[in-house]
Amino acid sequence: MQGLADSIYYIGAGGLILIGLYMVLVKTNLIKIILGLSFLDTGTHVLLVAIGYVRGRTAPILSEGMPETTAMVDPVPQALVLTAIVIGVGVLALALGLSIQVYRHYGTLDVRNIRGLKW
Amino acid sequence: MRKAVALLLVAAVGAAFGAILVHIPFGEDKIGVANHYLQNGLSETGAANLVTSVVVTYRGFDTLGEVTILFIAAVGLGALLFSEGKPRDEQPKDEASLIVRTGTNLLFPLILLTGVYVFIHGHLTPGGGFQGGAVIASGYLLLYLAWPQRRVNRNRFSAVESLCGVAFVVLGLLGITSGMGFLANFLPLGTRNTLLSAGLIPLIYIAIGLKVGSELAGMVGDLMERE
Repeated sequence: MQGLADSIYYIGAGGLILIGLYMVLVKTNLIKIILGLSFLDTGTHVLLVAIGYVRGRTAPILSEGMPETTAMVDPVPQALVLTAIVIGVGVLALALGLSIQVYRHYGTLDVRNIRGLKW
Repeated sequence: MRKAVALLLVAAVGAAFGAILVHIPFGEDKIGVANHYLQNGLSETGAANLVTSVVVTYRGFDTLGEVTILFIAAVGLGALLFSEGKPRDEQPKDEASLIVRTGTNLLFPLILLTGVYVFIHGHLTPGGGFQGGAVIASGYLLLYLAWPQRRVNRNRFSAVESLCGVAFVVLGLLGITSGMGFLANFLPLGTRNTLLSAGLIPLIYIAIGLKVGSELAGMVGDLMERE
């Protein structure tokens, strides 16, 4: 039981990543594909933070009165996720801008009807 | 057919993930390089928030690259959506209801204040330049939701964004002139857990916060105005 409770974060992160991958591969609406990318993004963030967690330790912030020897979790994955979230926002906005232009040009968001984007 | 292929691929990726994650035990101490940051972060950078010390000092160059990526995304979005004249066949958008407009009037200054608080205290409490910038941009999003017709002067956003980007690089270069290297923390570190501590970190986070805030607000404006 302890094993399942521990791996729940990995399972959740992997689930989000796989759902996102499936959406990117199968969906034909551009907006849904972009949503899938966002799912992939979120799953990666959860996975990174889960890997950086150490049992029984606290967040890496030395608030007032905390001794410098307080046991803390790994700050590096958290810093990476912090930057990754911002990149994710940028990618999302750029992708949505592209899909606005695609809609203006082709009059549809269905990738099957967009010439040169068939599969 | 396509779904079957996709499911197969997803299953393969899932299996690969599982095979790798089995060897990464959850919740166990596997900290490598970060032990140095945890033990010496406070004395070396003066920042009580060790994530901030990693983002701004130890991996400051990385952060500069990331700010550049966000800048390129914002410029790309502006270039993509730029077109002369009014967009065709788009009905004018109505104003939001009285409740949203009144709420926006009340909340907008408070949201900006919260954003500024979050990035000024980035070295003491959870938060920092990126988070504070996102909070500020959310205030502008609320403004656009309440008055979709309103035109915010985006040249001002661009000016703030460019100035803060230049400020970030100049602060980094000052580190070289002080003989400690690019983006080095050359200012006095001050006392722990006070606002005026951690040397260069609050200055860089103010620059990043204003830059990210004006960038994201400009992106929201690009998407909302579309002309």
